[in-house]
Amino acid sequence: MVLLKIKFPFQKRVRLAQGLWLLSWVAMFSGAITFAMGVFLKTELHRRSEVMHSMDIHIVPNLLMAVGLASVGINICAGKVCQDSLDPSRFPRWKTFLPPFFCFSVFLTSLLLVAMILSFALQPSLEESLKIGLKNGIRFYKDTDTPGRCFQKETIDRLQIEFQCCGNTNYRDWFEVQWISNRYLDFTSKEVKDRVRSNVDGRYLLDGVPFSCCNPASPRPCIQYSLLDNYAHYNYEYQTEELNLYNRGCRQALVNYYMGLMNTIGPCVLFDFLLQMTILVSLRYLQTAMEGVIGQENVEIETEGYILEKGVKETLLETKEKMKKLLQFAQVGDASATTPETQPEEEKPATA
Amino acid sequence: MALMKVKFDLKKRVKLAQMLWLMYWFSIMAGVLVFSMGLFFKIELRKRSELMDNNESHFVPNILIGVGLLACCLNACGGKICYDSLDSTKFVKWKAILKPFLICCLFFNVLLVVTAAMCFVMRIPLEFTLAEGLKNGMKYYKDTDTPGRCYMKRTLDLMQMEFRCCGNNNYKDWFEIQWVSNRYLDFSSKEVKDRISSNVDGKYLMDGVPFSCCNPSSPRPCIQQQITNNSAHYSYDHYTEELNIWKRGCRDALVSYYGGMMNTIGILVLMVTLLQTAVMIGLQYVNTSLSTLVNPEDPESESEGWILEKTVKETFTDIMAKMKAMGKGNQVDEGANEEGVATVS
Repeated sequence: MVLLKIKFPFQKRVRLAQGLWLLSWVAMFSGAITFAMGVFLKTELHRRSEVMHSMDIHIVPNLLMAVGLASVGINICAGKVCQDSLDPSRFPRWKTFLPPFFCFSVFLTSLLLVAMILSFALQPSLEESLKIGLKNGIRFYKDTDTPGRCFQKETIDRLQIEFQCCGNTNYRDWFEVQWISNRYLDFTSKEVKDRVRSNVDGRYLLDGVPFSCCNPASPRPCIQYSLLDNYAHYNYEYQTEELNLYNRGCRQALVNYYMGLMNTIGPCVLFDFLLQMTILVSLRYLQTAMEGVIGQENVEIETEGYILEKGVKETLLETKEKMKKLLQFAQVGDASATTPETQPEEEKPATA
Repeated sequence: MALMKVKFDLKKRVKLAQMLWLMYWFSIMAGVLVFSMGLFFKIELRKRSELMDNNESHFVPNILIGVGLLACCLNACGGKICYDSLDSTKFVKWKAILKPFLICCLFFNVLLVVTAAMCFVMRIPLEFTLAEGLKNGMKYYKDTDTPGRCYMKRTLDLMQMEFRCCGNNNYKDWFEIQWVSNRYLDFSSKEVKDRISSNVDGKYLMDGVPFSCCNPSSPRPCIQQQITNNSAHYSYDHYTEELNIWKRGCRDALVSYYGGMMNTIGILVLMVTLLQTAVMIGLQYVNTSLSTLVNPEDPESESEGWILEKTVKETFTDIMAKMKAMGKGNQVDEGANEEGVATVS
């Protein structure tokens, strides 16, 4: 039972070939755009790699880049096949090449769907990676004299300014960390000595935040220090004050930003996937329709096109038998003993 | 003696027309480019018009937009003429207007050169506008409760962070104005009362700057208050401290930003001028080669093309003579009228 049979008169074949050739050019551009979007996403992820702990999420742009490049190649091939299909003398040379080509292309195109699914599935992993990365960034904020960490301050400051966020979850994360280097603390002063003695680790903790947390939209000049002390500032109440600092945490801000990017790229990738599958299905119809023409004298006869010669189940069984045969021949080549009695048994179910 | 005479046979004429048609397409794209650059420049000026007291002159971007549109129209016309020049029947209808069209193109090229010059020169009035606008902007920094000025603080803060600058000429400009609103000053405290009584106008002046002046590259947390007081901060010397706050003034930063943009646009307009001149010369060759056919009936005959029929000097004297003749013609008419009037009376 043939799968999805369609009759193809000569004119329909020609039109199919021409339409498919045009579509393959469109899909080539679409593949190039997918590649470009993969590159863009990778660059954006790389820019903030300093506040990310793991690189799991990079698989999404890597897949997009690989499939984008491959689809350019696939579509060039498809276009060439279409051109040759209009000339029955040139078409037979594609005969052995096309079946593995289809398997390979379907596999690659399905990777696009995998990339889209991964972009949603890896969101918790991204969030976790940012949580750890930002925690470290805030911890090493003060180490501007330690090689390897001397740019953490600048990175975190620029990140907070650009994404309009403060701290990991919110601004209180800065209260738990010493973010002022010991080089700038006067250890002879009473205030410093009190603060250092007030906690077990001997850290200089204060209820203040760096200047990069300041919100320019605030009507009053920025209050950075003594944030929890209402009496330290005139006409100030920290419980109701909303505009002074950024309220968002940087983890949330970054996750939203990257999810937004991937949601924008998602529809384009889906469109590319659908386009590619359409081309592959049409190419299969063209191939099977042309096979009826090969060897015939009159090329203008009507032929049939189909997706699979037999049903899905039977095709799968056949493929399994073929793979087993291949493996057996490989084993026979390795092992000294041969098993001739198993071969006739394998052939019997195939012919039945 | 014609200027730069070239012999043309049919093949050469066809090739010239085809090449010129292609060049006209490039010129149309160049015209679109000039238009979009004018638009971009206009948008950039509008974005920061608050900092320029809404007083900035939009003359140059408007001229660029106009010139871009005009270039597109002229080049589309020229392209059509080239396309029709290959068919002698179609070309006949263009013959009459070709000379005025070429003169139009010449004036247009002069206009392009003038536009480019203006792009380079506009830097100077812009600098004055910016200086005035920034000074006022800083004065209104604290007025976040006054309608019409409530966004000045945000605009200034965002500008200082984006352009990495502080104040008008440098950070000391902030010391001379009150940038903390009275709503947030405790007038019962001694410190506030001292500062207010220390100057004639009763302003709350201090040696501090807003947070947007802070430089993130500084190794130590930002020192915004008591900048000139070395003893207020541990291990701090404001004479040698360089990374704490931005050293550049915002007027310099903005002028160099806009100046760079205008220089780029000016250079691009000059290049477009060269392209326009080339197509104009090409069209003149097409015109002259098609009007000097040896055998007017046979399109395959040879012809000659040139830029000017006589040399530059002779053409110039010709034009001057024509203008004098026109002027004399008017005078003679007036003289005849006077005589007529005299004889009548």
